[in-house]
Amino acid sequence: MRKAEPLGDVGRLLRRVHIDNVLLGSLLLLCALGLIVLYSAVSQNMDLWLRQFMRLGVAVVGMLIIAQLPPDLMRRWTPWGYLFGLGLLVMVLALGEVGQGAQRWLDLGIRFQPSEIMKLAVPMMAAWYLHDRQIPPRPVHLLVIAVIIAVPTVLIAKQPDLGTALLVAAAGALVLVLAGLSIRLMFLLAALSVPGAWVLWNFMQEYQKQRVLTLLNPDSDPLGAGYNIIQSKIAIGSGGLFGKGWTNGSQAQLEFLPERDTDFIFAVIGEEFGLLGVLSLLGIYIFIVGRGLYIAMQARDTYTRLLAGSISLTFFVYVFVNTAMVTGLVPVVGIPLPLVSYGGTSMVTLMAGFGILMSIHTHRKFLSR
Amino acid sequence: MDLFTPIKDHHSETRLFSARILLSAVIATLLLGTVIARLVQLQIVNHEIFAEKSVGNRVRIEAVPPIRGLIFDRKGRVLAENLPTYQLELIPEQVADIDETLRQLARLELIEEEDIDRIKSLASHGLRFKPVTLRFRLDDNEIARFAVQRYRFPGVDFQPRLVRHYPYGHLTTHAIGYVGALSTGDLNRLDVADYSGTFHTGKTGIEFSKEALLHGATGHQQVVTNARGREVPTDTRELSDALPESQSSLPGHSIYLTIDLDLQRIATEAMQGKRGAVVAIDPNNGEILALISAPSFDPDMFALGMSSSEFNALQSDPDRPLFNRAVVGTYPPGSTIKPMLALAALEVGATNLTRRTFCPGYYSLPGSTHRYRDWKPEGHGEVDVHDALEQSCDVYFYEMSRKIGIDRMHYYLDQFGLGQATGIDLIGEKTGLVPSRDWKRAAFREPADQTWFPGETVIASIGQGYLLATPLQLANAAAAMATRGKRYVPHLVAATEDPISGARRLIAPKRLADVNIQNEFYWESVIAGMNDVMQGVRGTARAVGTGAPYQMAGKSGTAQVFTVAQDEEYDEEEIDERLRDHALFISFAPLEDPQIAVAVIIENGASGSRVAAPIARALMDHHLGYGANEIQ
Repeated sequence: MRKAEPLGDVGRLLRRVHIDNVLLGSLLLLCALGLIVLYSAVSQNMDLWLRQFMRLGVAVVGMLIIAQLPPDLMRRWTPWGYLFGLGLLVMVLALGEVGQGAQRWLDLGIRFQPSEIMKLAVPMMAAWYLHDRQIPPRPVHLLVIAVIIAVPTVLIAKQPDLGTALLVAAAGALVLVLAGLSIRLMFLLAALSVPGAWVLWNFMQEYQKQRVLTLLNPDSDPLGAGYNIIQSKIAIGSGGLFGKGWTNGSQAQLEFLPERDTDFIFAVIGEEFGLLGVLSLLGIYIFIVGRGLYIAMQARDTYTRLLAGSISLTFFVYVFVNTAMVTGLVPVVGIPLPLVSYGGTSMVTLMAGFGILMSIHTHRKFLSR
Repeated sequence: MDLFTPIKDHHSETRLFSARILLSAVIATLLLGTVIARLVQLQIVNHEIFAEKSVGNRVRIEAVPPIRGLIFDRKGRVLAENLPTYQLELIPEQVADIDETLRQLARLELIEEEDIDRIKSLASHGLRFKPVTLRFRLDDNEIARFAVQRYRFPGVDFQPRLVRHYPYGHLTTHAIGYVGALSTGDLNRLDVADYSGTFHTGKTGIEFSKEALLHGATGHQQVVTNARGREVPTDTRELSDALPESQSSLPGHSIYLTIDLDLQRIATEAMQGKRGAVVAIDPNNGEILALISAPSFDPDMFALGMSSSEFNALQSDPDRPLFNRAVVGTYPPGSTIKPMLALAALEVGATNLTRRTFCPGYYSLPGSTHRYRDWKPEGHGEVDVHDALEQSCDVYFYEMSRKIGIDRMHYYLDQFGLGQATGIDLIGEKTGLVPSRDWKRAAFREPADQTWFPGETVIASIGQGYLLATPLQLANAAAAMATRGKRYVPHLVAATEDPISGARRLIAPKRLADVNIQNEFYWESVIAGMNDVMQGVRGTARAVGTGAPYQMAGKSGTAQVFTVAQDEEYDEEEIDERLRDHALFISFAPLEDPQIAVAVIIENGASGSRVAAPIARALMDHHLGYGANEIQ
């Protein structure tokens, strides 16, 4: 009996640590697969691979720390987090560093992109606002939330970073959809966007129109923007059912495929692991999204369920936009394949989101209904 | 919770939320379904087509560079054309070790060591399949040297390319500018895709300002190379799902300039060994007939590429051949502004046609002992406005300036286009400066410096002090004088032509507001004075104008570079050549129905009438049909 006691302590400690094992397991599986693919995509460059490995490690630890914070605490701090993020965005526009033609980075000891904070802060703020209010929201509340979403979205789009702006807007909009935004209103907004686009088109300069046309039809600019998508289609198509094998993709290894370690890494998977490989990967993604939606359904209060639902669905938006873009279904916007593409900024935010999901799931209070 | 807040209905909220989660899941499944369907289409249905392309064939999309537009002079002589040469190129995606390759090429003396960094930066900047030029203009020896070693350099080869050539070299340099190798800076400015396969871009002059017209549009073609020796499928229709159709390039537009090559040659030859600029304008439409800046250089050096040492020699030459004095050089206009001020003086009533002033050889402001000297120490005696122009009497204008005042002087010089951009179709012209009280208040920070002093008006009246003008502005002002106040935007492009359709677009002259002179008779009075400068008995440039078969008007000017102290004598012989006065001259001809206006500036040329005026005369002689042979 005495010898069992220390073990008992560890067991009790583990029970007190807030972790969702199902989510953790599937995320680690995804990261592992991602690292295998990345090794091939960076052409066996160990330096880059190790850097990504360390980043993933840091992100997982960050996720586990966030999972320990109770959702009530997060909710109380939400408005301050949102305002803090907004302040940083304004600072970026005022004095941010310019990297690759856009002003996204802020150097405060460590360099980071404040727009990443908004990917979580916007849905949190929208959920916070609706927490004590009637569901489905009344029109005046819809307007307030529209402002909560629009301000950071516009600031980010101005940097310009359309990919992130899109994700931030989607994360906020998904909260509204989950909160019961009337379906008729959604259709109305969709219908209004058509004349809206027409008006915008007429205000655009000739070169801007040309850019939009290239986005819509990459073949019209095969040496510029269209080049990526043409090469990516060849890579995926030539992979066939089983793929050419790990590190054997000629499109990727002979450098025909641009940005193969970042936004276009999905094409490497398609080329080297074939249809079976990409379907397996999509399966893991679906499982993770499904688990997130399950956690949302189990959540007990308005704030946590809206937040959990938005985080899970935003993750899906990531996966869908990236895969649809790489396969040439939608225009190229800079959105990475989550947790697989090389790069650290979005990974940390994604993992923080999953930390929130874990916290929501493991801190449930079983209120009487 | 107060009574007016609706109580949250947890049951209905949970039901609504669950329904929405379900709806989202359904939509997500549908979206994912389209991605999977697309994957099946690419990887199963069209797999063989893509596999064929990626493995067996290396289908490459190659840029087809456009042919740069030609440039002609007003008589249709080619000033800029494209000649075939061989150049050494490297395709980044086909080179395994770029550092080693470049080192080896340097060892073969095909490239210079100091160019390696520049080439590497270019190779990493552009698209991986786009060739980077290592060397323009390989000679036969170098081609032979590389040919025997070619097997050692995969991805490096020599290619026939069209390179810009300027048949008249230094005669036209500053009018049409030149093209040079695309730099990383150019690539940031230009559309990279539209310059795939292009190696040069306009750097200065018309070549730069009309780049968009001259460049044309890049085309593209599929290049199917078979690395394993397999048959290339003839049915390329199958490939067209992913690959665009070939598209031929569109040649750049030809540009017809207003300049006359003969005038360029005459001016260039006359400026041999001198520093300065000559600009000739047709006053009736603003067409620039000649624009030269001396010394000049051979623009082919930039198009063909030169070594770093050749470039450094050009750049550090104390005579600054790269500097386009005609549009970027600013000089004190000296006495060349006197005709404009005479007009202003008559118009505002500061003088009249009969009023005479005694010139003792110096002028002092009331209550001051400071003597503003006339260029003629013994003085001109009694002079009226006509004599003052003919003999360039400084004292007459010193006195006039006090009555006109600096702000009205500013107004009339501004009317002639001084102190502002002329609007010429070249990028980067300087505006020069015409001072005023307002200008001085804005230009200086210290309150003590902001006050306008009467003495500053006095020296402004002979074109000294703050006044600055470009040779182009002076020619433009002379043209406005010639037309009795009608003004046009000076321009170099007469017409552009689409080489495919042959459609020509003529550039219409752009007329500006007339010079605001109410009494038109004053024009004739001032022009008569300018005529006597050239052809009167006491004219300062009578040596140049007398005996000409037509009537002309002119005005010489001298701009101080070196300040002579109050009691000293300026002795041309004793002063260092570079400190001698600048010589200026403006003129136009014929007197009635003027066809040409000319401005000449010769740095440190000392005397406008003696050194600069003969050059203007030579241009006018030729343009009016009294010249010698033409270039065929």
